[in-house]
Formats: sequence, C-alpha cells, structure tokens
Amino acid sequence: MVTKIALAGNPNSGKTTLFNDLTGSNQYVGNWPGVTVEKKEGKIQGHEDAILMDLPGIYSLSPYTLEEVVTRNYLINEKPNAIINIIDGSNLERNLYLTTQLLELGIPVIVAINMMDIVKKRGDKIDTAKLSKAIGCEIVEITALDGTGTKELINKVVKLVQNPKKKVPKGIFSPEVEKALSSIEDQLPKEIDITQRRWYTIKLFERDKKVLKELNIDSNVDGIITFVEKTLDDDSESIIINERYNYITETIKGIYVKKNGSDLTTSDKVDAIITNRWLALPIFAVIMFSVYYISVTTVGTFVTDFTNDTIFGEWIIAPLGAWFESTGVSPWLSGLVVDGIVGGVGAVLGFVPQMFVLFFLLAILEECGYMSRVAFILDKLFRRFGLSGKSFIPMLIGTGCGVPGVMASRTIENEQERRMTIMTTTFMPCGAKLPIIALIAGALFGGAWWVAPSAYFLGIGAIVISGVILKKSKMFAGESSPFVMELPAYHIPSSKSVFKSTWERGFSFVKRAGTVVLLSSMIIWFLSNFGMANGSFGMVEDMDHSILSVIGGIVAPLFAPIGFGNWQSAVATVMGILAKEEVVAVFGVLYGITGDALSIVEEGSFNQLGTIAAHFTPLAAYSFMIFNLLCPPCFAAIGAIMREMNNAKWTWFTIGYQFGLAYAVSLIFYQIGLFLSSGVFTFGTAAGFVVLIGMLYLIFRTPNTNETNKRNKMKLYPEVE
Amino acid sequence: MNLNDAKIGEKVKVVKLHTQGALKRRIMDMGITKGAEIFIRKVAPFGDPLQINVRGYELSLRKCDAANIEVE
Repeated sequence: MVTKIALAGNPNSGKTTLFNDLTGSNQYVGNWPGVTVEKKEGKIQGHEDAILMDLPGIYSLSPYTLEEVVTRNYLINEKPNAIINIIDGSNLERNLYLTTQLLELGIPVIVAINMMDIVKKRGDKIDTAKLSKAIGCEIVEITALDGTGTKELINKVVKLVQNPKKKVPKGIFSPEVEKALSSIEDQLPKEIDITQRRWYTIKLFERDKKVLKELNIDSNVDGIITFVEKTLDDDSESIIINERYNYITETIKGIYVKKNGSDLTTSDKVDAIITNRWLALPIFAVIMFSVYYISVTTVGTFVTDFTNDTIFGEWIIAPLGAWFESTGVSPWLSGLVVDGIVGGVGAVLGFVPQMFVLFFLLAILEECGYMSRVAFILDKLFRRFGLSGKSFIPMLIGTGCGVPGVMASRTIENEQERRMTIMTTTFMPCGAKLPIIALIAGALFGGAWWVAPSAYFLGIGAIVISGVILKKSKMFAGESSPFVMELPAYHIPSSKSVFKSTWERGFSFVKRAGTVVLLSSMIIWFLSNFGMANGSFGMVEDMDHSILSVIGGIVAPLFAPIGFGNWQSAVATVMGILAKEEVVAVFGVLYGITGDALSIVEEGSFNQLGTIAAHFTPLAAYSFMIFNLLCPPCFAAIGAIMREMNNAKWTWFTIGYQFGLAYAVSLIFYQIGLFLSSGVFTFGTAAGFVVLIGMLYLIFRTPNTNETNKRNKMKLYPEVE
Repeated sequence: MNLNDAKIGEKVKVVKLHTQGALKRRIMDMGITKGAEIFIRKVAPFGDPLQINVRGYELSLRKCDAANIEVE
C-alpha cells in the first residue's frame, strides 16, 4: 500500500528545502492539470512506499486563488494519510492560521516548526510542548536547511500513519458560532465522513462558493448564518477569520515569548538599505546589470561559443560528416543526421551552458529573498500594464534568450500576470535576433547607430501596448491582482536548493530542445533539401529548388503588404522560426553571398552584403525587421511557452497574437511610410490606417465597466473543479 | 483615518475593513483583522506600495488598498 503524505505550509517557510531534504533526487515535477501551478511529488528517502506530495505554498484554504483551490481539492478528494504542516517559527501567528484550517480536514497532521535557529538568534522562545497540547497535534522542531530533526519528523509521521486515530477536530470559535455550526452540521448529507464534517460545516458557514456548488444544501442554512451575522455585526467569512486569529493570539500567550524591546533584525537592517528610497533603484540596476553581464555577455557567450564552435563544430559535426563520407553513406542520410539533427539541435543546445549560468544567478537572488523586493520596487510601474514587478526578470533574461526568459515567469504567483508575461517576454530582442538587426542596420542603413536601440524600444513598446490591450480584453479583465505580498526575511541561500533549481530549469530546457526542436529541425531540413530537380523528386543542391522555396513562393504574397513579398524573405522568415540566426544565414545562401553571411555580419564587412541590399528598400528592410522581431520566436521558445502555459488554447492564442501584432505593426509602418514618402494613397495605405486606428482604439478604450465590476466581486476559477 | 494616511514609523490599530470580496479575504488571511496592530515601515521608491509590519512579519500593500482599511 502506497502511503501518501502531503506537505503543506506558507510560502517562504522552507517547504521546498524540506521537500528536497526528504526526497533527495527522487522527485517528479509537473503541473496540475490545465493550470500553471507546479506539481511536485517524490519518494521519501528510506521509505520507498511513501510518496510526499509538495502542495503549493498557501496562506489559507480560501476558494479564491488557484493554488488554494488545487490544494483543497487534493486534500479533500485524494485524502492523503497524513499532512506535514511546515511552519516558520519566526512568524508563528500567521503560519498557525493555516494550521487551524488544516486541522479541520480530518487528516492526521504533524507540525514541523522550521527556522528555530532564527527564533533563538532573536532571543525569542517557543514552548513547543505547550503549543502541541494546545492545538492537539504533535510538533517537531526542525532546521530544514541542514536536515536537523527531519529524521525524527519522518519517524513520527510513519508512526502516525500506522496508528491512525480518527480525530474529530476541536471547536475553536465563539459560542454563538459553534452553536450555528452544530445546527448546520445536522443538515449535512449523511454520506460525508465524520472526519470531514467539520470542514464542510465551516465552509458552508463561510458561504464558500465551491462547497455550496458541490453540496446543494437548502436555504435553511442561510437563515442560521444570517442570524449570527446580525448578532456579531459582520459577514460570516470575516467572523471566522477574525475568530481564528483571536484563537491563535489567545493560545500563544505564554507559549511564544518575545525578547524585550524591538531591535531591528539583521534582515531588517539589510532591507533598510536595499529598499531605501534613494538607493533602491541604483542597487537594483547594478544587480541586474551584473546578472546580465555575467550570464550573457561574458561567461555565457564564452561558454556558448565554445559549445557551438568547438564541441559541436569541431568535435562532433566535422568528424561525423567525414565519417559519413568515408563510409559511403548516402548523402541524404548523412545530411539529415549532420546538418538536420545535429546541426539543428546543436544550435539550440549551444545555449544550455549560458542558461545554466543564468538560472544559477537567478536562483541565488530568489533564494536570498531579493526577488520580492524587485516586485515591491517595480510594482507601481508594471501594474498599469497588467504585469507584476516580477515580470521584469523574465524580460531582462529575454534580452539574452527567450527560452529561460519565458521559464523565469514561473516565479510570478498570479496566473493572469504570469500568462501575460509569458505572452510578451519574447518581444524583447534576444541574442539570436541581433544578427538580423545588425544585417539591416549594416546593409541598408549604412551602420546607423539608431537602428539597434530602436529595436529595443520596439520590444518595450510592444510589451507595454500588449499589456494595455490585453488587460482590457475579456480574458484578462478585472482588478489587477491584489498586491498583498509578504516580504520574507533575507537569508543566505542554501546551495542545495540553488543547484536543484538551476538543474531543474536547465534540464527542462534541454528536454524541450530534445523534442520540439529535434522534430522541427528534421522537418525543415527535409523541406529545404528536397524538391524537384530536373523533373524528378530528390535531394537538391540549391535551396532555390527545394520544397521550402515552393512554400515560400506560395506564402510570399502574404508578406507583400508589409514590404517583402518575395519568396526569399518568406523562406528566411520561416527558417527564422527554427532559429532566428537562420534568417541571416538563409539570406546569405539565397542571395548568393560567398561565405557565411552570419560571420560577415558579425565582422561588420557590410559591403559584401550588397546583393541583399539591392533587393530591399530601407522601408521594406525595416518592416522586415519589425516583423521578425515581434513574430513568435524560435521553436525552442515556443516550446518553453507551451510548457509554461500548460494549456493548448493559451499557447495557440499566444502564437496567434504575436503573429497578429507583428503583422499589424509592420503593416502600419510600411504602408504609412510608403504613403508619406511617395504621396500616393493606395488601398494598402487605407488598410494601414484602418489597422492603426484599430490598434489605437484597443489601447485607449475604456472597458465595459459592468463586466469589470462583476469580476471584482468574487474572482473564481471555473476551470479548476 | 485610513491606513494610507498613516505616517512612516507610526503604529496603528485596525478598526474596520471596508474592502470587498476576494481582496478583503486576502487581506484578512494575511493577518490584518479587527484589532490587529500595524507598524508602517516604509514606502517604495516610486511612492507605492507601502511596507508594513503586522503580526511580526513584513507585508507590502498598495496605497489604494490601504485606503479601505480604517485605523486609529
């Protein structure tokens, strides 16, 4: 029989550290079905038949946020054998608030008080024996960071599971409320088990929408509730919350002894500097710059180049190609393996070292508590666009590579903000888009200084506009998520957690490259190397005759309104979806540039790119750049979006939206630019103006206020049952 | 007065919550209930949000939400 143990607790209570300590490397990370909430479970070391389910960090079991609903549903429906409730000893009152709710579920609970070392350092005291008696369950003191007490914890949990005592939760509320609760309990369906009746009763008293839907009780109950509300002059939900906290405050008198005087802790002193009115922004700029500099510009680029050029270029691709030739393998197989598979996947895997460095630095910042300060500082700026202060990080990372950028959006708690961030992060020009910018700037604008910065402003503009437009749309409408956020104490990050987080994220990316990119590399390779040559179907020397060029020719007219309706541009754009650097390389091949166009662009010898320049007007070239900067990025990034959205509808919406925005902006730019430069008002110009007006409308309209008000009242999540 | 009117360094007590719906639940879940003591720690560089100390920990709260919390 497999034992299921749930791990529940507040965010920042050390839950993840405890989980890692108990399960070691026997972990599985996924998502709860259909939502962007992470699901983690693992086998407890030393107890092969016990599974530990890491529930999302929550402050309460209300029906209002995804994390809480996911947790409630698991605990009520899956009925684990026991719950380990980890609490932060330096934060007792608020942590115990969740504890009182967990105790009502009728599942055996063991409380693990973490961070006792901090409590002792402060000079405070907690009498755990007394507390255990008061709340009616066992308490174990632990320090999750170094594993102290965790063995004892597991032993006690195992004992608890083996001798389950059906405990009926004790009453903690005022006499009026308890009286009402017992009347309500009589009305509960008989099928509900005695251990769960308390939970359901209290939820009914609170008028919990999810439970009401589930149970379908008659209105007799409502009368009981209204009576108490009138007596105590407050709504039932607030009554319960107030009484919980009153119970806690009363209970810990004499158990939790604070040291006299309110010295600022070390963490408070550090915080005073970091979020100081004048120092906060400069410090933030320095930290972000350093992260970026180390991971992308220096170590990152060095390691990536080494991986691409040396490991893949010299050690793998060259010898592999030579070996194929020497063994006389048919060219299509050798081509498929060397160019298609190894080349394609290798290009993406080349990013892996850079990503690991980035994730490592991010994990340190997260673990030490700095990220919540980032959100705190930037909140005012970002919330206008439906984003969170924490959205800044994914965007910053996105300027290096969109894949870890999208993945970094995981730290955003609010689902709407998370989705919005995922959708807009890739508008920032990533490292792979730089060659495109350089190509256009160099070959068509004579290396003008303003082209590159304009690309970044374009990205920022796209993010801001998207935020405003999407925020007003039905899908994202409603109050911006309440920014009621805990600012946890700073602490030295645990190297175990940092490495674990780094590895987990890096490996996710590798898996992504291994699947999506592998498949698409093979497909694109096939399409670009096969076609009709001399009347028969087979491998072609020239991309001009490939299937891809035929597709390019068919698709090209779509791009005519935005300035580049030729098949070469269409092909380059399609190849850009595989990897954005391909755009430049393909142009090089299709326009007959001798040598590798990519390296020419990197060197800066733009006069060699004359043939490309001849095919574009500056207007068309810039429009081409706009489209390729804003359209959905490479397959690896799309794969990351797929994973983080965890929902097909949303992924397709993102892709569709990005294509749409890219096309719209290019259209407006090209057509109106054409009109302004030539003075000729064409049908295209009219189309450009129509789209421009449409966009301005979406940006500046006031959303339907009735809908907004309805959504403000109760934010429920119908897609979570 | 309301919480957003309080000055940095002031200690106040919650009198009544005028917030609605899910936000009220969230604020109360975090420990801001009738009679709770709040210490106003600081304000973010751009002027919003506030950082307060309640029930022994630091919490950040937007001024517009603090405006609905009556304190003394």
